[in-house]
Amino acid sequence: MKLTKRALMTGAALAVGLAATGVAAQDDVTKVGFVYVGPVGDGGWTYEHDQARQKVEEHFGDKVETVYVESVPEGPDSERVMTQMALDGADLIFTTSFGYMDPTINVAKKFPDVKFEHATGYKTADNVSVYSARFYEGRAVQGTIAGHMTESNVIGYIGSYPIPEVIRGINAAYIHAKKVNPDVEFKIVWAFTWIDPAKEADAAKVLIEQGADVILQHTDSTAPLAAAQEAGGIIGFGQASDMAEYKPSPRVSSIIDNWAPYYIDRVQAVMDGTWESKNTWDGIAPGMVEIGEITDAVPEEVKAEALALKESIASGEYHPFTGPLKKQDGSDWLAEGETADDGTLAGMNFYVEGIQGEIPQ
Amino acid sequence: MVTLEKRPQPSRIVAWSTPFMAVLATMIAGGLLFAALGEDPLVAIRTIFWDPLFGQHAFFYRPQLLVKGAPLILIAIGLSLGFRAGIWNIGAEGQYILGAICGAGMGLAFYPAEGWFIFPLMVMAGALGGLVWAMIPGLLKVRFGTNEILVSLMLVYVAEQLLASMSLGLLKNPQGFGFPGSRNLQQYPSAHNAELIAGTGMHWGVAAALIAVIFAYVLLTRHQLGYHIRLTGEAPRAAKFAGIAPARLVLFCLGISGAFAGLAGMFEVSGPAGQVSIDFNTGYGFTAIIVAFLGRLHPVGILLAGLLMALTYIGGEIAQSSLGLPAAAIQMFQGMLLFFLLAVDVLTSYRLRFGKREAA
Repeated sequence: MKLTKRALMTGAALAVGLAATGVAAQDDVTKVGFVYVGPVGDGGWTYEHDQARQKVEEHFGDKVETVYVESVPEGPDSERVMTQMALDGADLIFTTSFGYMDPTINVAKKFPDVKFEHATGYKTADNVSVYSARFYEGRAVQGTIAGHMTESNVIGYIGSYPIPEVIRGINAAYIHAKKVNPDVEFKIVWAFTWIDPAKEADAAKVLIEQGADVILQHTDSTAPLAAAQEAGGIIGFGQASDMAEYKPSPRVSSIIDNWAPYYIDRVQAVMDGTWESKNTWDGIAPGMVEIGEITDAVPEEVKAEALALKESIASGEYHPFTGPLKKQDGSDWLAEGETADDGTLAGMNFYVEGIQGEIPQ
Repeated sequence: MVTLEKRPQPSRIVAWSTPFMAVLATMIAGGLLFAALGEDPLVAIRTIFWDPLFGQHAFFYRPQLLVKGAPLILIAIGLSLGFRAGIWNIGAEGQYILGAICGAGMGLAFYPAEGWFIFPLMVMAGALGGLVWAMIPGLLKVRFGTNEILVSLMLVYVAEQLLASMSLGLLKNPQGFGFPGSRNLQQYPSAHNAELIAGTGMHWGVAAALIAVIFAYVLLTRHQLGYHIRLTGEAPRAAKFAGIAPARLVLFCLGISGAFAGLAGMFEVSGPAGQVSIDFNTGYGFTAIIVAFLGRLHPVGILLAGLLMALTYIGGEIAQSSLGLPAAAIQMFQGMLLFFLLAVDVLTSYRLRFGKREAA
């Protein structure tokens, strides 16, 4: 059959192809690829990654060429997209969703000369770095505002996937809402998607029907804010991006992911030949997490308190997970004044005391 | 003025040429769309249809066509048998998920033991999982006369919830730091559906798809059951008089399409995907419906249609990264394909007449 002959040829061609990529890396122009889980117009997570990509282009001008593919499903499709970018001569590839973790590692093995940067994962290799932001610092500020603003004392939370990153956010928001409002209660809905406007809107409506008047979201689209606006008298926050079109209310503030400084830094490192695999987890202080404008819908004193909290986190004076804290089952977690270590936070799989419900499993 | 006139008999020639007309119309309309987006339409069309096959990196894309096309073909073949008999299994996506869960579950049950028997057991478990899931709408239809379209479709959402639950609970990787998703079967040799010949993309799922094509072809042309299927679809009353038991046919068609979808899911999870995860399913079960119709419900047609669909996916990704076309434009392009196919399908039973309509 023809197939076996072609098989031998493809094998040889693959080897040649891989070698060719190594040569491509010597060019003057550094080629950078981005793999996105949502559309660039999602107004949230992917939008901010794409903003950062554009800033990379602005910063380096002709010295850099960027390419991206949007709405790439997590799985074998992402592996193909990454391979394609590497074959086309990319020197550095950012894979911007948790589910790209194993595909990134697989492709990185085949292209040892190409550098990979995987967002929010935990698997590294000689040519794979991981990076993420301490979103939970922003959640602490959000929880403070939410705790003050709720009148029904019910805060709705739209979770995406029950992974440590999301659970950290829920805990951080709850701890700080509870601190300013002891009667507060969290209702959590799991959407099992990063972006699906219809599902997110449904989740928001369900929470509003259950009495929530503040909606926090860990999904990427503006649909929950739209649902809040429609219901009236409900507030929410921009997620991953400012979502400024919903100002001054329902969007009263936001957590903005600012990836640009990190991306520029890493591209520069590739250009200089100083790129090394590392694990980056930055928060408010270096500017990877920003708090979007707190609007006038929030009373002045609440705003001041929220900003003071932000400052104390930025200066390192305060850690959002500071004891005394107990786990949901009542067991001790952090003693008075003790702060959580990064290892525990990175693998967080429990709620803190007071949150109702179970983490899905 | 142009009017439609019913043909005395559906035209066979037109029936076979409509897919080509649809592809051509898609290229033209798609070209206009790309031109409106400021791209050279010829370059865009070439990037989508030519580059994956004959471009610089074709050595990588050609095997990928098999990887992407195989599950589509395998599922579509199963669906086409039912579609021919007027039995509408819309829930192949759910059966695909169940096949993956059962297949992976079977493999993981043996972890970390190695043995030649593990993979065959997984194949059986995958087929059985899909079959059982498809039997639910089948038995409900036969027993209570429920609508199999609705029941099979609704079961997709049930299957998705089950998939999430499995990824977070029973099948979760105990060494995964609390993150959802099973162990990666690619790192478990006995359960890994590896490439049969390295670099070709040929894994067991591709082999299964090719076998399914031959199986369906023989069944439809040489076997009495195939004749019953065709007869029931084309002349239901005649089929009844001929003594064909509709209940058995319903169960057979749903069962075989479920088993094929289950197999596709099993081969995908143990090969290209590697693990059971919440997002494991990416719509193969639904796209396969398009593939089945694009292929005229004919086994060889489906083989070609599956590869064409895979080509638009892979070419679409290349067009995104090398030309900067938005994903939505590529999805529109794929949507046009089905739209034009349905539109030109009218010509099988009707012909265009130019000129004034004559008084009846």
